[in-house]
Amino acid sequence: MTWYAFIGAIEQGFVYGIMVLGVYLTFRILDFPDLTVDGSLPLGASISAVAITHGVNPFLSLALAMGAGFLAGMVTAILNTKLKILHLLASILTMISLYSINIRIMDGPNVSLLGVNTILDPFISMGIPGYLAAPIIFGVISISITLLIILFMYTELGQTMLATGDNPKMITSQGVNTHSIIILGVGLSNALVALSGALIAQNQGAADVNMGVGTIVAGLASVIVGETVFGSKSIPRACFAALIGSIIYRLAIALALGLKLGNFSFAPSDLNLITAILVVLSLTTPQLKKRLIKK
Amino acid sequence: MKKILSLLTVILTLASLTMAQAKTYTISVNQFVEHPALDAVLKGFQDYLKEQNIKVKYHIHNAQGNMATANQIAQQIADEDPDLVLAIATPSAQACAQAIKKSPKLQNTPLLFSAITDPVGAGLVKDLNRPGKNITGVSDLLPIDQHLKMVKIFYPNLKRLGVIYNSGEANSKTLVRLIHEQAKKMGFKVEEATASKTSEVYQAAKGLVGRVDAIYIPTDNTVISAIESVVKVCIQNKIPLFAGDVDSVARGAVAAMGFDYYQHGRQTGAMAKRIFMGAVPGETPVETQKDLKLHLNLKAAKKMNVKVPEEILKAADKIYE
Repeated sequence: MTWYAFIGAIEQGFVYGIMVLGVYLTFRILDFPDLTVDGSLPLGASISAVAITHGVNPFLSLALAMGAGFLAGMVTAILNTKLKILHLLASILTMISLYSINIRIMDGPNVSLLGVNTILDPFISMGIPGYLAAPIIFGVISISITLLIILFMYTELGQTMLATGDNPKMITSQGVNTHSIIILGVGLSNALVALSGALIAQNQGAADVNMGVGTIVAGLASVIVGETVFGSKSIPRACFAALIGSIIYRLAIALALGLKLGNFSFAPSDLNLITAILVVLSLTTPQLKKRLIKK
Repeated sequence: MKKILSLLTVILTLASLTMAQAKTYTISVNQFVEHPALDAVLKGFQDYLKEQNIKVKYHIHNAQGNMATANQIAQQIADEDPDLVLAIATPSAQACAQAIKKSPKLQNTPLLFSAITDPVGAGLVKDLNRPGKNITGVSDLLPIDQHLKMVKIFYPNLKRLGVIYNSGEANSKTLVRLIHEQAKKMGFKVEEATASKTSEVYQAAKGLVGRVDAIYIPTDNTVISAIESVVKVCIQNKIPLFAGDVDSVARGAVAAMGFDYYQHGRQTGAMAKRIFMGAVPGETPVETQKDLKLHLNLKAAKKMNVKVPEEILKAADKIYE
């Protein structure tokens, strides 16, 4: 792999890592498979892009995006807890609604951010080239968020959330309202996903209604790959594993994009297959290890 | 003296020609998705440069419809250090434009786009005639004025034109805006009907019955996918149907003026050649499709009670009987 591809993968790993942390919250902590993310990622992007093109400060637009993402997550969780719709179906319903809503927000499927000020510009004007500024900024943001999540997990509320995912019956018998915990958790998760979407849009120069396609696949793959490579024994370890998993996932794609074996080179259309194989490998490696050790 | 001069010119021309041919150019391609039209663009582009004896080494990438991948490809292109970047379809072009802004190494690399409907709206260029920066290309925006002029040749007294489209498609939204502008100039009214899914197209077509003299379908993926249901409504109610793409003529529309994406790619290739020969991308106006083909379906015309003007019959490039 070459220099720009490497730096580019790190940058993508960090910025999508914020989304992966959100997926980790629902998937691992709350045991809530949430497909809302395919819609809340472009939701964050849409809100941020429209805000910026209407003159809102790019940093402030991130807060707006997070608020919208939180609401989207709340809707999914309320459909699930209060209206008793299966979590997968509830999240699919929110996701498909968001497709229409995002087109409404943007008044079309795509809003360009080329040539407008984004959060990267202050750093670029300080003299840091863009290809370096982006990974640094996204690295700082995603690592800070990881630390905040770890801190949160050690609070009483965080511990309750962990228990809600582990054993909802036990925690209900202790008089905790699991519904509001789930609503809060799924909301927080989607706030992070929307923040990730907003940063991605600012980084890639456009918000697009289809940019969320495959988010959940990338999210789950990153969480699992991270756990395999970095382990998940403690909360801090598991949180950082999610972020590291995101970076590994993007490095794997960069590798697949540039892969050449002698005279044989992969066709662009092989990319999806290669990505899938890489994920399957990282999923099966720990099991294989276990079996080999037993023998 | 004259002889020497002319000999010198010949030598110079030959020298510059061989120089141009001797160099192998590197072109990095960022295509958004594999799709017959977009694949044809790349094929046309490559064929044209090959025919011109321009040696090119290609790095071809395809994002498989994923924006994150399009973005990673754009960053990877910096390592390939190409002489030109070709971006096919809007998300890929936006990703490349952003990567060029970010990587010092790509700062002076020309970016050529193809198959982009609205380069200004996509933020790629400021002005179609003077794109600025190092970006230009070929837009696949339909020449709506010429399409509607064709409808007017069929119907000089056209009062109300029906348009069916999906408001969720960016392409169609732009086209419908242009149809309104053009209708104002040409003096007829536009009646819109929208369908957000292929299953709604039939209902949308029916809703136009009695309100319009003719129906025009822009290159809208949703409506074109279900054009048979529009054809059915038009035959039942004797409403002439016109389309923005020629494939719809084979499927039952009366006539269309369209282009094929292979030609679109060739035109983009010609632009690449001019840039290699020294044209400045930022001062090279964005082009739209030059060669339009008129396709005509006489069977459909009969079923929809349309009289085909002599002029159209003569001009048609392809006639279905």
